Amino acid sequence: MSTPSLPRAASATGVLEPTNDVLVFEDVAIAFEDKVVLDGISFRLPRGETKAIFGVAGSGKSTLLKLALGLLKPDSGHIYTLGEDVTQMPEEQLFDLRRKVGIVFQESALFDSLTVRDNVAFRLMEEGDIPVDEIDRRVREALRFVELEHTVDMLPAELSGGMRRRVAIARAIITQPETILYDSPTGGLDPVTSTTIVELIVKQRDVYKSSSLLVTHRLQDAFVMADHCFDPKTNHMRRVEPGGRIEVPMAFMILRDGKVIFDGDIHALADTKDEYIREYIS
Amino acid sequence: MAAGDFLSDIQFISPIDFAKRKVQSLQEYSVLAAQSIANLFRRPIYGADMMQQADLIGFGSLPIVLASVFFTGAALALNSATTLSRFGATTVIGQLVSIGIVRELGPVLAGLVVAGRNSSGMASELGSMIVTEQIDAMRALGTDPMKKLVTPRVVASVLMLFFLTILGDFMGLLGGSVVASILLGMDAHEYWSNAWQTLVFSDVFMGLMKPLVFGFIVATVGCYYGLTTKGGTQGVGRSTTEAVVAAMILIIVVDVFVTRFLMVMLGS
Repeated sequence: MSTPSLPRAASATGVLEPTNDVLVFEDVAIAFEDKVVLDGISFRLPRGETKAIFGVAGSGKSTLLKLALGLLKPDSGHIYTLGEDVTQMPEEQLFDLRRKVGIVFQESALFDSLTVRDNVAFRLMEEGDIPVDEIDRRVREALRFVELEHTVDMLPAELSGGMRRRVAIARAIITQPETILYDSPTGGLDPVTSTTIVELIVKQRDVYKSSSLLVTHRLQDAFVMADHCFDPKTNHMRRVEPGGRIEVPMAFMILRDGKVIFDGDIHALADTKDEYIREYIS
Repeated sequence: MAAGDFLSDIQFISPIDFAKRKVQSLQEYSVLAAQSIANLFRRPIYGADMMQQADLIGFGSLPIVLASVFFTGAALALNSATTLSRFGATTVIGQLVSIGIVRELGPVLAGLVVAGRNSSGMASELGSMIVTEQIDAMRALGTDPMKKLVTPRVVASVLMLFFLTILGDFMGLLGGSVVASILLGMDAHEYWSNAWQTLVFSDVFMGLMKPLVFGFIVATVGCYYGLTTKGGTQGVGRSTTEAVVAAMILIIVVDVFVTRFLMVMLGS
């Protein structure tokens, strides 16, 4: 089992010294009423890497993503998102930081009274100074990325579960954020739709070099992402040859009882001797 | 279910915890109310959302406000006529209806009707957004829900209730006029002349200040209960009911204090 090394000390201003990490958790703990959900979590997400987070239901995976965006405040510890300590920032400043990070919620969380176009364009419309033509162009581009251009005028209620997730991905990527947080993007979907979503995440990782945290229950999705890369020529992902030149920037992290019990790449995961982890991944 | 099982399912909280929760709720409500005003002076200002809410709250509530104040004015004229006829003073019905509607019944009725319709609507809409993570999504997308959702509703409620009260007052007087003319055989000109001449500045001022306060209560209470919704769809239903009850009670209680305050201020 590998354990994460702790990040460097923050400066007196609450801003992390420039590093290659887009996200750093430092001894973070949070409890809801009497239930401890995260207990001294420390890990880092290097720039360009996708880290899949596993754990049983209620192990604090979704909480972790909300903490990273400052949507929740931890009871103790520090969280540095894009170098800034979100645990110390007032809500007003967090809004600026959040514009640089995309998130796909577990149940999509699309605004049900807005059309797909307005959902995807939400961030751009909030900027206030972007021409409508430019907004429309970028909305169509984002929807084309998730292959849902034809749904632009539809309401979320008219879409299937898989389509809603893809619209949520389009909404998250429209400003091309350098970090994207995915909360169970394939949960409850059929295998074909799941593969489509996994392919989109791989495409985002390999084409736009985004860093991401991926919360999932589906081990097979993360394993596919670890041994596939996106081929722009065919517009599909393809398996990476073992021992080949291409190195997939993919890591795995497992939570148990509020603690990180594994943080490493697929080879370390395959070689682990931990009984619980072996049973979990079998 | 046995009585023992039922009792064991009930969670008792100590009076101190109960008091703490109430104080915390009051504190949270006060913060929300203060922020809703402070956001008027911070960019961005959501003008389009304010217009949309004004349409929903103002135009949407128009028929029920007009109808309720119209029939209250009519009932007030009928009840007054019974008492006044004993003294042979039915000619002052116009004055009585006018003072009653403009100073008190118009603003309070409009406030209660708008609270019933819109506090519940706001609580259920925002509550649904909470349980489906849409509020979290909005925050995650870099937008302040207080600015985007609460302030436009507060501004729209305050402005629209002001205008609804003016129209409601007129309808209340009209209701009184219909009863006075058709059922009591009074001269309509005499009724309107009495009603108009009896009103002084303090009556109108008091009648038009109250809806500003009531509109603020309607929106802030509705938004507060919506944004503090817990417990899924059942929680949304609970928030909706609590919002209507709290807004209505608050309007009735605050009305007494506002009336007293304005009477002292205006020396009437």
